[in-house]
Amino acid sequence: MNKLTTTSGVVESLRDGMTIGIGGWGPRRKPMALVRELLRSDLKDLTVVAYGGPEVGMLCAAGKVRKLVFGFVTMDPIPLEPYFRKLRQAGQLDVMELDEGLFQWGLKAAGLRVPFLPARAGLASGVLTHNPELRTITSPYKDGEELLAMPALNLDVALLHVNRADRLGNTLITGNDVYFDHCFARAAEKCYVSAEKVDDRLDLDAATARFNTFERSLVTGVVEAPLGAHPTSCGPEYGWDMKHLKEYSDGAAEESGWQSYRETYIQCDEAEYRQRNGGDERIASLPLPIF
Amino acid sequence: MSNNSFSLAELMIVAASEAWRGSGEVLASGLGIIPRLGASLAKATHSPELLMTDSEAFLVEEPIPVGPRGDYVPKYSGYMPFERVFDCVWHGRRHAMVGPTQIDRWAQSNLSVVGDYKNPKVAMLGVRGLPGNSINHRNSFFVPHHSKRVFVEGEVDMVSGVGFKPERWNSSMRSDLMSIGVAVTDLCVMDFDGPDHSARVVSLHPGVSFEMVQENTGFPLGQVVGLSETSHPTAEQLAVIDKLDPHGLRHKQLKGNPPGIRKPEEVRS
Repeated sequence: MNKLTTTSGVVESLRDGMTIGIGGWGPRRKPMALVRELLRSDLKDLTVVAYGGPEVGMLCAAGKVRKLVFGFVTMDPIPLEPYFRKLRQAGQLDVMELDEGLFQWGLKAAGLRVPFLPARAGLASGVLTHNPELRTITSPYKDGEELLAMPALNLDVALLHVNRADRLGNTLITGNDVYFDHCFARAAEKCYVSAEKVDDRLDLDAATARFNTFERSLVTGVVEAPLGAHPTSCGPEYGWDMKHLKEYSDGAAEESGWQSYRETYIQCDEAEYRQRNGGDERIASLPLPIF
Repeated sequence: MSNNSFSLAELMIVAASEAWRGSGEVLASGLGIIPRLGASLAKATHSPELLMTDSEAFLVEEPIPVGPRGDYVPKYSGYMPFERVFDCVWHGRRHAMVGPTQIDRWAQSNLSVVGDYKNPKVAMLGVRGLPGNSINHRNSFFVPHHSKRVFVEGEVDMVSGVGFKPERWNSSMRSDLMSIGVAVTDLCVMDFDGPDHSARVVSLHPGVSFEMVQENTGFPLGQVVGLSETSHPTAEQLAVIDKLDPHGLRHKQLKGNPPGIRKPEEVRS
């Protein structure tokens, strides 16, 4: 069994109109090498499902997104994602805006193969009134409580980035927070994982094996992508690149901002991309953020 | 013991810390520098029972100073990644202080968009965790610039955090799990404990009159009986704050870093 593939191998398997879940959280551990490959492709009309960071802005800027399912889009120290805002404020982005916890609940429902999971979050709020597809349900038990029935967020594909993987599809997430990548993996028809390093087979001690958060049977393909989360962080290995993110964000104020970002950072291969960001050594030594 | 030389930010940190008094063993989440210092001051002084994180993924028993840590090495007592925060939120043992863009007379809050939902004038972060937080546990507000733009006249443009507006609820929804603490602003401390959960001024910051607060609020305010001045930080509190904020990030949170004691004309300017 060998699930090793390449970023282009992954993107070639995607189709227009797919629902794509992207792991990580805000500017943290996003599968950016895969996202950059997607940005180089002709894919369009995607439904993107994410705890959004710069990858959402980039996909918006490149005109790839038909619909966004999200709870937030932010780059943390740069709170507002400029290209997401642009599209949203132009009224050109179809959205399903969800509470962060409801979003997780939708992924869980998909992973558990149930049509919905009940929740209180969202009731009495704009989440219910602005998402006409959301329904409520009355508890069949004596409490009779009305709850929101959070529909399953079934994904065609999940794209994730992890610290380590092997050719079999085993993965390790060694950062302090594993976020919700395991929920994305289980909610998806197919799951592609990029990793800082891919081994032939992980042979771990018990303490290290606990960094595995979802089983390899959920993983369709594995890509080796060293520093592949850049410009987002990948704890404990490297922090986010605020210099890069600021340049990206500032560019949005200019007419040709995306075009010039695209030329500099997207229209090249990953090795050249890392070179243009100061090289492997610089990226690998980006300090971890202090919260 | 009161100290005459303190900033408005420090007064607000102390006022924020009071929000958590008596909350019990709940996860105290202060979002932003002043709320976080407020929560940290509460834990470090009157409410050591509060749960607190390093703002990333670990529980700590000693609040972590804000900003670069230097030689400070955090001591962890437990684990609280986002997934467990979500569990904790829905279970209800949390009290957060958040800074929404808009708050209305029903204590509903907005972090999503300003203007029309489909064609917003300003798109902000998104609702984040506000719908789930607000319906499950106690929430307080932090408002660095008290104005009618924040405390809006009508309903907030997108109800992200739920409140007491009856039309948004029906009788089979549980509204009893939500609770609103206080709003700490640069003018006063408010709550929503007036008749029918209407907003009231609880204390006024030095140099601020009730009329000034009302002028800058889009809906009618009540006031508590015996409305008094917001408590000044004590020298002990200021020393703790300084330890929790060794780089003085608190001085950069409010425009011009105003002093805690202001004349009315200084407040207006």
